[in-house]
Amino acid sequence: MPEPTENLQESTANGWEPKIVAFFCNWCTYLAADLAGTSRMKYAPNARVIRVMCSGRVDPQFVMEALARGADGVLVGGCHFGDCHYQAGNHKALRRFRLLQRVLMGLGIEEERIRLEWISAAEADKLRDVMNEMVAQIKALGPLDLEVPAEGFPELADVEEVTA
Amino acid sequence: MSEKPKVAFYWCSSCGGCEEAVVDLAEGILDVVAAADIVFWPVAMDFKKADVEAMEDGSILAAFVNGAIRTTEQEEMAHLLRRKAKVLVAFGSCAHQGGIPGLANLWDRQAIFESSYLTGPSTVNPEGTLPATALPHNGDVVTLPGFYDTVRALDQVTSVDYYIPGCAPTPNIIAGAVQTLLSGDLPPAGTVLAPDKALCEDCPRIDTKPQDLSIERFYRPYEILADESTCLLAQGLLCMGSGTRSGCSHLCINGNMPCSGCFGPTSKVRDHGGKYLSAIASLMSAMDEEAIQKALDTIPDPIGTFYRYGLAGSLLRRRKMTPVA
Repeated sequence: MPEPTENLQESTANGWEPKIVAFFCNWCTYLAADLAGTSRMKYAPNARVIRVMCSGRVDPQFVMEALARGADGVLVGGCHFGDCHYQAGNHKALRRFRLLQRVLMGLGIEEERIRLEWISAAEADKLRDVMNEMVAQIKALGPLDLEVPAEGFPELADVEEVTA
Repeated sequence: MSEKPKVAFYWCSSCGGCEEAVVDLAEGILDVVAAADIVFWPVAMDFKKADVEAMEDGSILAAFVNGAIRTTEQEEMAHLLRRKAKVLVAFGSCAHQGGIPGLANLWDRQAIFESSYLTGPSTVNPEGTLPATALPHNGDVVTLPGFYDTVRALDQVTSVDYYIPGCAPTPNIIAGAVQTLLSGDLPPAGTVLAPDKALCEDCPRIDTKPQDLSIERFYRPYEILADESTCLLAQGLLCMGSGTRSGCSHLCINGNMPCSGCFGPTSKVRDHGGKYLSAIASLMSAMDEEAIQKALDTIPDPIGTFYRYGLAGSLLRRRKMTPVA
């Protein structure tokens, strides 16, 4: 598979484009993305899609690592309730996701950056709409920028030492 | 001069419990003294920073540093001891993962100063005096270390060879680690000197842990009278044993309290809280949105629960800093 490339044509004024990591389940959402492609639908190209066997496979550590390494948002896509190939994987995904959301919001990460969507293999149009909406929302928020800024203090050696 | 290897102890942002833990070795400390010279230990012995500076680089066999890095002084001492010691050991949860002080990463310097020095209910500070790094006083300059916005684990400041986990490390863990270091047969750098398996595996209550847990809601320890022989997680207490490294001799479990995770994760886990919340979520019985939210409401402080000792060392490290204009 070729490396994902930056979308240079449609970059915003300052040249910044949101990076989204998308975890799509093998049985539904990934197929929706496939259908969107074969149907030649156009949508925001900001997501790097990672195929997983089930949305229940998405470890919260994956989401955190994506954010820690520079993603501006994470999208998880799975099957609708009742459609899970493994019966309850998407229910587990929802529980994990809701708990993870509470942690991430406590860490100051905006709600819109983390999204869970049920998108069936037939719902290419929903995939397109979700993707476009999410990119627009994150563009409005700006970069996540979790970098812990370096903190400067005056060199203590420069300050005259006080001896008791 | 004796030919005994030299060891040093230092404390950074910590409560003093790790120093207690060393003292708790009781007569075991005599074995350490018999085998090694303690050349620096501010809490117990009268050596100064200048004494350490005067030592040759690498002349200390092992420096045991406890506490997180919160100030410029602590950072400076971490670098100094790194230079002087062949082996730098992060001692205790704070040096290992940031520990309890790491929870201050949910705020920043300004918020902490405001609450500690200005708005705290027991604070009287009409002039609004705040700590400053340098202050003129009677023709001299009085200095204080700088206070960082972000608390860091020791290995986020300098390279660390080994970790001794625990809040505080238990005597058997310390004794085992010291023995390992003095034996000369060193494990690979980066090793956590404690068993690499989950606490559940050798838990005395493991036989009462159901194969398939199905938890309706969670309880905080004060909300129920926990049975003293049944798996605490099965009783709805957020026991972190399934995601936490073993080696503590089950002190909390034996006291009928759930594991709060002070030994950090095993080597297979990158983010202790993230992995544990994943496990917890999969053990819940709630299936639909409403039931899930209701069950999750019984965890009022997820960060303080899942990251009690590990926020600074976690993947995301802190609450997002709001840019200062």
